Amino acid sequence: MRKIIALMLCCLAGVAGAQDWEDQKTFAGAASEITVRVLSSTDTSVFAPLIQSFVSDNPSISVEYLVTGTADVDRRFRADPAEFDVVISSAMDLQLKLANDGFAAVLDTADHPDWAVWRQSLFGFTIEPAAIVINRAAFDGVAVPQTRQALIEALRTRPDVFQGRVGTYDVRRSGLGYLFATQDARASDTYWRLMEILGGLNVRLYCCSGDMINDLGEGRIAVAYNVLGSYAKARIDDRLQVILPSDFQTTMMRTVLVSDLTEKRPAAIAFLQHLLASGAQKDARAPLPLLDPTADATATIGLDPALLTYLDTLKRRNFLKAWEDAVIQ
Amino acid sequence: MNSPASSGSLRVRLSAWLIGGAAVLGLILFFAVRSYATDVAQKGQDQILAAAAASILDAARLTDGTVDLDMPYAAFSMLNTSSDDRVFYAIRQDGTFLSGYADLPDQASRFETVAYNGANVRSVFAERRLIGVNGPSVVSITLAQTQDGLSETLSQISRNAALLGLGFFVLAAGLSYWVTSWTVGQLSRLTASVTRRGPADLSPFERPVPAEMLPLVGSLNSLMGRLDGSLQRSEDFIAEAAHRVRTPLATVRSYAEVTLQRVDKEENRSAMRSMIRAIDESSRAAGQLLDHAMIAFRADHLTRDPLDLVDLVKEQVMRLTPVADMKDIDLSLFGDDQVPYSGDPILIQNAVRNLIDNALKYSPAERTVTITVASKPTPNIEVCDQGPGIAESELQTVSGRFARGKNAIGTVGSGLGLTIVGDVAMAHGGQLTLSNRPQGGLCARLSL
Repeated sequence: MRKIIALMLCCLAGVAGAQDWEDQKTFAGAASEITVRVLSSTDTSVFAPLIQSFVSDNPSISVEYLVTGTADVDRRFRADPAEFDVVISSAMDLQLKLANDGFAAVLDTADHPDWAVWRQSLFGFTIEPAAIVINRAAFDGVAVPQTRQALIEALRTRPDVFQGRVGTYDVRRSGLGYLFATQDARASDTYWRLMEILGGLNVRLYCCSGDMINDLGEGRIAVAYNVLGSYAKARIDDRLQVILPSDFQTTMMRTVLVSDLTEKRPAAIAFLQHLLASGAQKDARAPLPLLDPTADATATIGLDPALLTYLDTLKRRNFLKAWEDAVIQ
Repeated sequence: MNSPASSGSLRVRLSAWLIGGAAVLGLILFFAVRSYATDVAQKGQDQILAAAAASILDAARLTDGTVDLDMPYAAFSMLNTSSDDRVFYAIRQDGTFLSGYADLPDQASRFETVAYNGANVRSVFAERRLIGVNGPSVVSITLAQTQDGLSETLSQISRNAALLGLGFFVLAAGLSYWVTSWTVGQLSRLTASVTRRGPADLSPFERPVPAEMLPLVGSLNSLMGRLDGSLQRSEDFIAEAAHRVRTPLATVRSYAEVTLQRVDKEENRSAMRSMIRAIDESSRAAGQLLDHAMIAFRADHLTRDPLDLVDLVKEQVMRLTPVADMKDIDLSLFGDDQVPYSGDPILIQNAVRNLIDNALKYSPAERTVTITVASKPTPNIEVCDQGPGIAESELQTVSGRFARGKNAIGTVGSGLGLTIVGDVAMAHGGQLTLSNRPQGGLCARLSL
């Protein structure tokens, strides 16, 4: 008997190991009949309240929440679209391409503002700008920069302080980092100057916002550029300060889609509806900046086919080359 | 009278053609507008696709024999539609796939509608020749977009075009109905004004009619004019002829009377008597022809004077009593004390005289002729004799002009008596009805 249990545990461990998730958690419904598999790029810690409220509202549905990086979300889902029921990612461009390529189910249910929906298949449900997060200790007695230009000045003035202690996304690995970088580059040339400076300071490159915030909190880096402010706020850490640059902000929406090949369509739609409705109810339990569907359209990255532009092979190759030239020195 | 064969209803035919025509035109309008709008909408999408493709190709550079293409952000941005159409593309260098969707095929023509990724897509193909140091190279793009926005626009246009066509049809059908009614109404009005006329009214139509009907009314008027003229001439001729015959007949009769007194031989006397009777008959016919002509004239210009029918009939009975006495026939008058009526007294006198005259002629001796004057249901005068009556088959025809019953042979008469009575009745809007009495004899009833 013991051997059998050991064998089962071994197998489970093997299966889990094979998938190699950043995080994986099942939220069981009280009277669970089916399990919705949610593939997401958002950390479980910030997303859990939304799922818990869903499970308590819908006891017959369990939610298996699988977390991985944005680029990996896209890769895994494309590889096996029937395996997952709901896909959540902050990389809007990759999500839009999934919908464009016909992976997303077209739903006629959701009543959601036009600017946050694409083809009735891709729905934005959180909205937040990319932020600069600093460790207050590094700016003790110095003015905190409020624009990218000011940040460039600050980094230039004290290179000794920041050498090896600045961080940003590795756009080659992170889908969200790539989205932020391309949108920044589109908006202003300041982005490239900043990247030159960061490159000169031997910037640390991260796959995910969470890691960056961790290193920032522990003082390993002093400045993180283009991170999600909601992660920093979720830590409730006095040492950190979130700066929303006042020159221009790159605002992204977390988007959700239901797989076209899902066999649990009603449950998946219910989950999606719950995410959209939570924003309408201004659910205070969620640490995520949920999108209020009654609010006016904000200056977000538009959900339109132009997002496909930087995903073009040639375009991406050119952009990454320019980025590497600037950052890797 | 024979009713002419109908060649179909003018109203139905007009309506059918006009409304059918309107339906066909409405349909043509619908399809024309829709196809035109489809064309325009499709051209719109094609133009945007072509512009996007051109702007992408414009960003192509040839470096060391390899195409480098820095895709402009605006290219896909301009393909954004309200129904969020999907976009697919493939960029190739000399037919070798570079980026985009590898399974999107190149196409022969510039614009095509093909099936791709589970949807119908409109696809544009464009290419550009780049000259590099190692020679020329052709970069091509196939850019495709789904047609959700277009079909939405098209269904909207179709709906509007259908409404337009339907509106046009309803309007045209309404107008057709109105025009048809008006046209047929003109004919109906003419028909009604012909029908309303009295039997002897041959005056021309004066009311205005549409220009197209003028020839018809003109012909009708000229026909009636000729008819009137010819009737008038024949009446005049008859009256003139009767008048001219009567006077010599009277002279011949008086000679015959004198001669009858002078001859003694029985066979001669009998011949003379036959002669006198024949002369009487001719004279009477001439008189009646004159009466008839007079009646025809008076009926055309009927004057209505108030009179009492009982007084009028009494007077005639008194005048005819000597004749009745000669044949030992009793004339008895019944009915209301007074029957006031408004009509032409001369005509009615004539009619009553003819009725009583007829009754006296056919009634056997020592019998009674009953005359009844009543005001109900309409003022009427009924004269009944105890003679042989008329065969049932002749009741309808015997009042015709110069028609005489079979048992009238051997009796003096012209066949005009009942015709005169009938004409008088008709001139006053009444009628003459003949019936056999169950106990024998004929009743002639003049209803006014």
